[in-house]
Amino acid sequence: MSSNFGSMPLRYRITIDREQCMECGRCIENCSYGVFRRDGDRILINSRNCTACHRCIAYCPRDAIMLEEQPCDYRSHPVWTRTVRESIYNQARTGKIILAGMGSVANLPIIFDHLMLDACQVTTPPTDPLREPVEIRTYLGKKPSKLDLRQKPNGDVELATELAPNLMIETPILLGHMSFGAISLNAHLSMARAAQEVGTFMGTGEGGLHPALYPYQDRMIVQVASGRFGVNIDYLERGAAIELKLGQGAKPGIGGHLPGEKVSKDVSRTRMIPEGSDAISPAPHHDIYGIEDLPQLVRSVREATGWKKPIFAKIAAVNNNAENVAAVARSGVDAIAIDGFRGGTGAAPRVFRDHVGIPIEVAIATADRELRRQGLRNEVSLIACGSIRESADVMKSIALGADAVYIATAALAAMGCRVCGNCYQGLCPWGIATQRPDLVARLDPDVASKQVANLIHAWTLEITELMGAAGINSIESLRGNRDRLRGYMLDEGLLEILDVKSVGA
Amino acid sequence: MAKQVTIDAKGVHYTPLNQQIRKAIEDGADEIVVNNVLGQRFIGDGLRGNATIRVNGVAGGDLAMFMSGPTVIVNGNAEHAPGNTMDSGKVVIHGSAGDAVAHSMRGGKVFVHGDIGYRGGIHMKQYETQRPILVIGGSAQMFLGEYMAGGLLIVLGLNGAMKAREIGSGIHGGEIVIRGDVDDACLAAGAKKVPLTDEDRARIAPVIREFAGDFGLDPEPLINADYTRIVPASARPFAGKYTWE
Repeated sequence: MSSNFGSMPLRYRITIDREQCMECGRCIENCSYGVFRRDGDRILINSRNCTACHRCIAYCPRDAIMLEEQPCDYRSHPVWTRTVRESIYNQARTGKIILAGMGSVANLPIIFDHLMLDACQVTTPPTDPLREPVEIRTYLGKKPSKLDLRQKPNGDVELATELAPNLMIETPILLGHMSFGAISLNAHLSMARAAQEVGTFMGTGEGGLHPALYPYQDRMIVQVASGRFGVNIDYLERGAAIELKLGQGAKPGIGGHLPGEKVSKDVSRTRMIPEGSDAISPAPHHDIYGIEDLPQLVRSVREATGWKKPIFAKIAAVNNNAENVAAVARSGVDAIAIDGFRGGTGAAPRVFRDHVGIPIEVAIATADRELRRQGLRNEVSLIACGSIRESADVMKSIALGADAVYIATAALAAMGCRVCGNCYQGLCPWGIATQRPDLVARLDPDVASKQVANLIHAWTLEITELMGAAGINSIESLRGNRDRLRGYMLDEGLLEILDVKSVGA
Repeated sequence: MAKQVTIDAKGVHYTPLNQQIRKAIEDGADEIVVNNVLGQRFIGDGLRGNATIRVNGVAGGDLAMFMSGPTVIVNGNAEHAPGNTMDSGKVVIHGSAGDAVAHSMRGGKVFVHGDIGYRGGIHMKQYETQRPILVIGGSAQMFLGEYMAGGLLIVLGLNGAMKAREIGSGIHGGEIVIRGDVDDACLAAGAKKVPLTDEDRARIAPVIREFAGDFGLDPEPLINADYTRIVPASARPFAGKYTWE
């Protein structure tokens, strides 16, 4: 399409320190975006193709490559920012909705960073996690509101209450849903092995289950989303739990769309759609048109699987989050994942990603409070997701009322992802968000699974230390324990919503 | 000799009812007759094998959901979404059915003698040898074949004028074949009409013959009738909507 804009200023500039460079060409081999090419004995650079994925920098043996972001200034303006201006140029040229990769880039305050954790000092001493066990094993699912016991003829007492199926996790960190298709099989395999190693679970996303993952099916939460891709009775029976995806934090209220170019032979097999065809997930589940239809969907998967598996639902965090959560809890699910407005995605309309939804910190706090108010808190577990970045975020989520968290972007980063946000191009040089066999082969599941497991292990150790310092020896005592949080520079209204006191109080 | 099991559904909640049906199949029943069905949901949900389940009464929602193999024959009407996300097998309804019939169905057949509600055949899809078929004897309501991604949907309009409007909204695969002419104004964005060729007719004839056989109709006038064939205008209906950052 023609326009009078010419070319846009470069996003990134790559330079090579010619003193250091030995023309080995590893940058050329590693860059799938075509930034580098050889011309005689010289390596030429086309910075316009650069995505800041850092692959060339990571694999240059001489540290000769340097990247600069936004090397060309616009006239600075606080209102007409670079993003605003460039979006206008894009839309004036194309007349289309702008899609972007990964989570929100809106520069909004992060509430987690304004919540401080507690520690013991003299009035109550801290416990030493090296000596005293800190229990962080978590059970996700319904808990009975009361226990009935009966006495056996020999005088022993046994439990008479029938317990609902729960998922046992050794650490309150699960690997969130990203589909095979959005990410590679090696990325899926790496996460599945990591989940098995650390005793947690991973989500399949809405892409079906590749046969290579069958050995790990006991560690998989299989997702049923509005497109029903890859969903059949075999898939439902393989999963340890089933998640009904009702919404996504990166794009609340809209569906998903895997473009045909990404539907390779393997992806087509697990999604059960023809190779090269668009995979369109509608905004709603078209068999859920009202609040009374959700219990029907929940029970349909329960009936299909003999009421043996926990059923999760995932929703995006929006204004009436508390009501949504209560409605989902009453639909009979065992756990609710709430995805905050910073949740990740392979691709989402920019306007949704950056402008729709509410923060996960608020959503978890209001969900926990509403469920307690309605006497439903034992009926569901709460899973916080949407940019859980470090162990402190896990601690704070649990103190605000979550039972566990889903991590996804953090898990990708543990496999090498540099959060460049170009997942949609399908050329991920780290072998994560791509289906190109030569790129996928770069991600060795033996290595990457260890890295993901290491990350979860490290966070788990930090959580244990933080809990010990706060004198808490069991995760149940941290859950919803807002007294172990203090708000720093948060306004009174927000503190009240979070039910957290200010620092100093 | 075929093993038949009869179950009385009167006053039985759907969970124990479906457990009885499941158990009968596990015990080797070839035919299960379920009498006095009054809106019990999820009959045939997730069942495998090749048994035949005869439902006498009104089947509740999500009949044969996720079903993979069996045949379900309903002597009565069926509620919301029979054949939902069904994999294979057959559903024959000697009556009418509610909304979202054959929702996300990916294989097998759903035959409805009477009318269906809104969003019939929504997001049906096909893959390799799996190609779902939905045939409606009567009429369908709005949003027929919405988001359709594969399979074959036939509406015979045996009870008078076809009521569907917004046909094939977002269709990007498969085909909708409707007896008689369909006004252009009834087509949604993304759908287009094409003539039914002799090849198409030869392809749908066995389906119509099977449908007629199931409901005791004379197939020949139906096979030889005039049809409108509706297909996707594009396999990528939303491709033109987006630009990258």
